[in-house]
Amino acid sequence: MTAIPTLAQAATERKTVAPSSVLQRVRQTNPRSSRIPDAAFRVLILLTAVSVFAIVAFIVWELITKSQPTLHQFGIHFFYNDEWDPVNDAYGARPFIYGTLVSSFLGLLLAVPLSVGVAVYVTEMCPVRLRAIISFLVELLAAIPSVIYGLWGIFVLAPLLRDYVQPLLAKVLGWTGLFTGPPLGIGMLAAGIILAIMVVPIISSITREVLNAVPQNQREAVLALGATRWEMIRMGVLRNARIGIVGGIILGLGRAFGETMAVTMVIGNSNEISKSLFAPGNTMASVIANEFSEATGDLHLAALVEIGLALFLVTLIVNALARLLVWSITGPTGRTRA
Amino acid sequence: MPNSTPTSSSLQISIFRRLTNNLATAFAIMAAILVILPLLAIFIYLLIKGVQSLNWAFFTQLPKPPGEVGGGMANAIVGSAMILGIASLVGIPMGIGAGIYLAEYGRNVFGDVVRFTSDVLNGVPSIVIGIAVYSLIVVRQKHFSALAGSLALAIMMIPTVARATEEMLLMVPNTIREAALGLGIPKWRTTLSISLRTASAGVITGCMLAFARVAGETAPLLFTTLGNQYWSRSLNQPTAALPLQVYTYALSPYDDWHKQAWAGALILIVMIVTAVGAVRIVTSRGTLKGAS
Repeated sequence: MTAIPTLAQAATERKTVAPSSVLQRVRQTNPRSSRIPDAAFRVLILLTAVSVFAIVAFIVWELITKSQPTLHQFGIHFFYNDEWDPVNDAYGARPFIYGTLVSSFLGLLLAVPLSVGVAVYVTEMCPVRLRAIISFLVELLAAIPSVIYGLWGIFVLAPLLRDYVQPLLAKVLGWTGLFTGPPLGIGMLAAGIILAIMVVPIISSITREVLNAVPQNQREAVLALGATRWEMIRMGVLRNARIGIVGGIILGLGRAFGETMAVTMVIGNSNEISKSLFAPGNTMASVIANEFSEATGDLHLAALVEIGLALFLVTLIVNALARLLVWSITGPTGRTRA
Repeated sequence: MPNSTPTSSSLQISIFRRLTNNLATAFAIMAAILVILPLLAIFIYLLIKGVQSLNWAFFTQLPKPPGEVGGGMANAIVGSAMILGIASLVGIPMGIGAGIYLAEYGRNVFGDVVRFTSDVLNGVPSIVIGIAVYSLIVVRQKHFSALAGSLALAIMMIPTVARATEEMLLMVPNTIREAALGLGIPKWRTTLSISLRTASAGVITGCMLAFARVAGETAPLLFTTLGNQYWSRSLNQPTAALPLQVYTYALSPYDDWHKQAWAGALILIVMIVTAVGAVRIVTSRGTLKGAS
């Protein structure tokens, strides 16, 4: 624990005050006089704490009440009908659920090896001097706002994909059916890549935390048995940390599910389900961003709110699960920012 | 390579094991490069494209009608500053208050409930917060306003500030509190001028991080402040905001607007990086280490 300069300073400054005067002041203070301000302060502080709870309760309440019309009209069918037609008031959220799942898992598929690789490199391999720099750069990635990712996605990533990556993928892997159709640049693939870039800092910072929590003697024990560095990492470190890493991955998944702006800008906004990753799509968050302010019908609005409710519940479950997993390694005091 | 220590044992390590070891190292280095590459690409593009389209008019003029060249984002810059200012004025005191509760009074079931809900709130997608504020304020008032956007951002700031405050207050040694209380200082005064003051560096860090997180948010503003092509005369009107303007300009078909979107993005990132950089300076000088 570091010293507390403010108090130490105060103590030295007060030296000039005669001790008797301080004592006198303390004696003169009526012990009861602080009761009312103390109680008031306590109530005030309690109010702010209650308001945190109230805000969450209010969000849930608003989402549930505002989505009543579609909840009643479509029930559970809402989630597997794939027709979304505001003109005829037919609403099914399947294309968006599909889009959210596909883009998020694509993002994770790309992000997980990279972020675990970075975390392993930073904690186990890299020179001490580089360590802080790389961690700082990766954390900077988390500070970039999602509109800027979207902007970069539209004007840099999408043309790159359209001109170089997609033709190549179509030629080599076109037979899988995942990489067919015209190379537009924007679409599911671009959304997945952008999500991957955005999710890497979360997964890698948690993985780093978890790897640091693995006791040093585990590493030494494996090395003493004659293991190479990679064998030490695999058997001594990753095996011990795997639950925490999975927690980090799930936390990243939660972020990917809720990510809105960058995805909206590069996914192409089409309400159709297509097997090809080149095709445009839509996610739950992006359809809300696109249609909410233009929704005129009550049912349309309710349908969008219901998608929001579903998004809220899914991210709630995913985050709770992830936290439990991370805590099982680092303990509840281990800080996880995400 | 660490496996080349004594010559006799290095002979015993099979080629296969040595190869996988080298491959793993190469993979980890490649992963680090691949992660940092997009970061550099984004920053380089922002700098090149942004600086090219920055000019005096960008800071002083209103947006021109669609299709016309020129104009600026003066209203969006002022609008963003207003929205973020109000959001901070509301969100930071609330967050600090909740953090004080959690650290000083919250060792009970209700404290755990608040802790859990603040984690939940932290994970709520920003667009969902936008929907909630829309139905609370915009629907009731029947018009979009800067205040609604500020409220949405304030809600997003609370959990970050609260958890940082709690963490920092818990690091303040109890003996200091006891010393203050022993001198007859009331509890509220002890909390505010002794505990909170001691933890101030960490709390400021938390506030800055919350600010940086919220400064670039677009989704909750989409249907709360809506955006505006002109100056807004009051907080109760639709107001332009920098991230919103970047979003609409990026999706527009006009080249000149694309350029301005890059310039807006550059301003935004400079603002955020300054906030994050300030955090580093505060924490390196502060009494208690920050949250990162």
